[in-house]
Amino acid sequence: MMRAMASRPLRRLLRAAPLLLLGACSLIGIDGPMTSLEPQGPFSEQINDLFWPVFWTAVVVFVLVEGAIVAASFLFRDRPGRKEPKQVHGNTKLEVIWTAIPVIILASIAVPTVRGIFDLTECGSGAMPVEIYGHQWWFEYRYPENGAITGNVLVIPAGREVCATMTSEDVIHNYWVPALNGKRYLVPGHTTYLRLQADEPGEYWGQCGEFCGLSHSLMRARVVALPEAEFQSWLAKQLEPAAEPDEGSEAAAGLALFQQKGCIQCHTARPWNTVANQNFNGPDLTHLMERDVIAGAAFDNTPEDLKNWLANPPLEKPGSYMPNLGLTEQEIDSIIAWLETLK
Amino acid sequence: MSIASERPTTIFRRPAAETGFWSWVTTVDHKRIGIMYGYTAFAFFLIGGTEAILIRLHLFKANSTLLTAAEYNSLFTTHALTMIFLVVMPMAAAFVNYLLPLLIGARDVAFPRMNALSYWIFLFGGIFLYSVIFFADVTPPTGVQGVPGNIDPSEQTTFGALPDGGWFMYQPNAGGDFTPGKALDFAALGIQILGLASLIASVNFIVTIFNLRAKGMKLLRMPVFVWMSLIVAFLLLFSLPIIAIALFMVTLDRQFGTMFFDVPAGGDVVLWQHLFWLFGHPEVYVLILPAMGIVSELIPVFSRKPLFGYAAIVFAGAGIAFLGFGVWAHHMFASAITPVAQAAFALSTMAIAVPTGVKIFNWLGTMWLGKIKFATPMLFAIGFVTMFIIGGLSGVTHAVVPSDWQQTDTYYIVGHFHYVLFGGAIFGLFGGLYYWFPKLTGRMMSERLGKAHFWIWMVGFNLTFAPMHWLGLQGMVRRTWQYAPETGLQPWNQAATVGSLIIVVGVLVFMYNWMVSKRRGKPAGMDPWDARTLEWSIPNPTPVHNFSRPPEVHALDAFWHMKYGEDEEGRPVRRPEADVLVAELDHIGTNPPEPVHLPNPSYFPIVAAAGLPTIAYGIVFHVSALGKGLILLGILITLTGLIGWATEPLEETHEAAVHV
Repeated sequence: MMRAMASRPLRRLLRAAPLLLLGACSLIGIDGPMTSLEPQGPFSEQINDLFWPVFWTAVVVFVLVEGAIVAASFLFRDRPGRKEPKQVHGNTKLEVIWTAIPVIILASIAVPTVRGIFDLTECGSGAMPVEIYGHQWWFEYRYPENGAITGNVLVIPAGREVCATMTSEDVIHNYWVPALNGKRYLVPGHTTYLRLQADEPGEYWGQCGEFCGLSHSLMRARVVALPEAEFQSWLAKQLEPAAEPDEGSEAAAGLALFQQKGCIQCHTARPWNTVANQNFNGPDLTHLMERDVIAGAAFDNTPEDLKNWLANPPLEKPGSYMPNLGLTEQEIDSIIAWLETLK
Repeated sequence: MSIASERPTTIFRRPAAETGFWSWVTTVDHKRIGIMYGYTAFAFFLIGGTEAILIRLHLFKANSTLLTAAEYNSLFTTHALTMIFLVVMPMAAAFVNYLLPLLIGARDVAFPRMNALSYWIFLFGGIFLYSVIFFADVTPPTGVQGVPGNIDPSEQTTFGALPDGGWFMYQPNAGGDFTPGKALDFAALGIQILGLASLIASVNFIVTIFNLRAKGMKLLRMPVFVWMSLIVAFLLLFSLPIIAIALFMVTLDRQFGTMFFDVPAGGDVVLWQHLFWLFGHPEVYVLILPAMGIVSELIPVFSRKPLFGYAAIVFAGAGIAFLGFGVWAHHMFASAITPVAQAAFALSTMAIAVPTGVKIFNWLGTMWLGKIKFATPMLFAIGFVTMFIIGGLSGVTHAVVPSDWQQTDTYYIVGHFHYVLFGGAIFGLFGGLYYWFPKLTGRMMSERLGKAHFWIWMVGFNLTFAPMHWLGLQGMVRRTWQYAPETGLQPWNQAATVGSLIIVVGVLVFMYNWMVSKRRGKPAGMDPWDARTLEWSIPNPTPVHNFSRPPEVHALDAFWHMKYGEDEEGRPVRRPEADVLVAELDHIGTNPPEPVHLPNPSYFPIVAAAGLPTIAYGIVFHVSALGKGLILLGILITLTGLIGWATEPLEETHEAAVHV
C-alpha cells in the first residue's frame, strides 16, 4: 500500500491531537488500507479538511457539556447539611443563549458544507471519463475513450481527475475508495457521478458500501494509479487480444475446458469470444494476470486462491452467479495454467 | 373491581375471571396491558440481544466463518427489526399504557378494548414475524436475466432463513428477483401488522390525553412524559400510513408482480428510499422521545427541583417532531439525489440539533444547584444524557454531507445510532423500569444490584460502541459478513465483542434483581422517591381502579405541591400536614369510598387480533388453496371479533360494586 504523504503540516497537527484523544486507537490498527483518514487525492482531502474542524467543534462541545454534567453531579450531590434547592423554573436569558449558541455554531458549519456539496459534485472539465457498473458482486469498468473494458481493478492515471459515471444493472451498490473520495450509490435506472483522483501512483482499496445481497461483504474494489505514460500504454494494451497457448500444452487444455465447460458464456476472453461483458456476465478475463485480485477483489490472484475459487465459487462467495462446475483437480490445474497466460 | 353481569347481553357470556390466565387474556385494564407489553418486549429484547451477541462473536475475527453469510445477513436484519419494532416501541408503549392514565389522573385510557386490541395485534405480529423460521429457506437471487445465483448446501441453515434484506428493505435487493423465498414477505407483512398495533394505540393515547385529564390539568400542566407520549402518538399517526402504503407496494410487487420497484419495467427504487425514510426518520424520534420523557420525569425528582424550562422542553419536543418529517433524505446523501436536495436536507438536519440541544441544556439546568440523589433511576437518567450527547454530536457530523459520504454505510453510523438508541432510548427506558418498579409491585428494587447494573452497562456499552466510530473511519462498512485481515480492523472488533459480553452480564444482573425484588424487595410505601407527579399519590402497587377520587390539579408537579410549600427564598418546605395527607391518600386509595365503575373484560380484542396474522399467512401462501382459505378465514375471524365487540357494551352493569 502506497503511503505517499505530501507535507501538509497543518493537517498533521490537526491529526495529532484527536489521535491522542482516541488514545489507544492510535496504538492498534491505525490506518489500514481502507482508512478514510489518510486522503490520497484532492477530493478526500477536501472532505478530510471539512471533517476535522467539525470533529474539533464537537469535541469542544462534548467537553463543555459533559464537563458541566460531571461538575453538577459532583458539586450538587446530596450531602449531609445540604439545603433544599431553590425551586427555579427556568431562566429566559439562559434559554435564549443556549438556543442561540448552537444556531451560530451550526450556521458556521453549514456554509462550508453546502459549498463542499457543490464542489465535490461537479466533475472538472479536463477529467478522464470512466464508466462504473455494479454487478452482484463485482465492479466493471469501461473506458469510453477507447472502448476498453475491465473488472475488479480500476486503473487510473495518477495526478489526473477521473470522472466516473455510474449505474447498476441489478441492485443498488455503493462505490467507495476512502483514500480517493467519499462514496456514491450505483442505482439501477439512475446515473450517478463520482470524482476520483490519486495524487501519487499506488494501489488503493475499496469496498461496496451498500448492502447488496448475500456476498455484499465480498464485493470489493481496487484502484491502481499509474504514472501518465504507463497508464496510456496500459489503456492501449487493453484492446489487444491474449496470445494463443502452445498446442499440446497444459494451457491449451485449459483453454479447451474454458470453452467446453460453459465459462465462455459469461466471461469474455479475446480472441476466443468477443461478446461484450454485460449485465450478469463475469469480468473480462483477457488480461486477467495484470490484476492482483479476482472475484470482486475479494481474493488474491494467486494459483492457490484461483484454485479454491474454481473448485467451488458459491462456497467462496455465497450466492455467486458462477456455479460449482464440479471440476476435477486436473481440470482446475489446466484452467489455471491457461489463465496464467492471460497477460 | 366490577362484577360481571348475570344476564349476558350478547351471545357470549362475558369473561369474569379476575385472576389467572383468562383474566390476562380478556383484560382491558391499561396497567395489565402495560405489564404484558413490558414482559413481551423484554422477551424480544433477549432474542434481539442474542442476535446481537452472535453478530459480535462472529466479527471477533477477520474473515470469520462462525456464521454463514446467509445467517449473518439474517441476524443483522432481524436484530434491527426486533430491537426497533418489538423492543423499544412496545417497551415505550408499556410505559405509556401503564403510566399515562396515572399521570393525568384517569381511571383508564379512552378506549380500553382498543388498548387490548393493540397489544394482541402487536404480540401476534411479533410471533408471525418470527414464525418465518418454520417456512423459509435460503434462496439465491434469480438475477436480472433469469440466470440464478448459486448456493452451496452449507449455506442452507435454519437461522439463515430469517429475513435477510436489511430492516430498510432497499429495493430491488429486497424485491422478488434478488431475494426470492418467503422470508421478506414475513418481514413486510409482520411490520404491517405491528404498525397497525401502533396506529391503534396512538389514536387511543391522543384521545385519552385530550379528553381524560384530571380537572385543572391544562395542557401545560401535563407531565413531560405525557407530552412526549402525545407527540410520539402524532408522529406515529402521520408516519405509519406512509410505511403501510410502501410495504403494501413491496408485498404486491413480491406476491402479485405489480412492479412498483421493478426498474426494467419502469419502476423506481429511489422512490422506495424516500418512502421508507419518510417513515424511518420520524420513527427515530418515536424511539427516543418516550425515553426523553422518562428522563424529564426522573431528573427533577432526584434533583429535588422542578424541570428547568418546562415549556422549552415541551416545545423542543414538538419542534423535533415537526422537523423530524423534513430530514429524511439525510439517509440518502450518497443516493441518487441532487446537490440542491442534499444541501436542503443538510440544513434541516443541522436545524434539528437546536431543539435537541435545548433539551440537554434544560436537563443540565435542572441538575444545576439541585440536591442530587444518585439512586439507580437517576444514574440511568444521567447515563442517558451523557450517552445521548455523544450520539447527538456524531449525528451533527452526518449533516456535513461531504463528511457523511465517507461515513455513511460504515460502522461510524452503527456507533452513532447505538449511542442514540441504546445509550439513549434503552438507558432511559431502564431508568424508568427502576423508577416505576414500586408502582408495579409495591416493592423496591435492590439499589446495590441496580447500581452494579448501571456501571456494568456503562463500561460494556462504551467498550462495544465507541470503537465502532473508529472502525467506520477505518473503512469498515456496515452489514459486512467478513472483513479482510489486512484492514487492521480486528483489534477493535474484538474490543467491541468483549464489550457486548459485558452488556450481557448487566442484563443478567437486572433480571436477577427484578425477579428477587418482586418477591422479596423492601416494601416501598406510597411515595418512595418523594416524587412530584400524580401516579405517586395513590398506593403501591396501583389499585385496579387507579384513583378512588378523581384528583384535582392546580399546578405542574401536582403531587409535589400537595406535600411542599416554599419559604421566602423559594426553597421547598414540607407542609406539616403532608404526612397525614399521604397516609390518607394511601388509605382512600385502597378503600374507595364510593363504587368505581370499570370497563369489563372482553374476549373480542384477542379474537379480532387473531384474524390478522391468519390473513397474512394466507397472503404469503396465496398461490395455494390453503392460502386462499386462510385469507377468508382470517377475515371471518376478525369480523367475528369486531361484530361481537360492537354488540357488547363497554360496561356491563353500572350497579357493579367495588370489592377490594
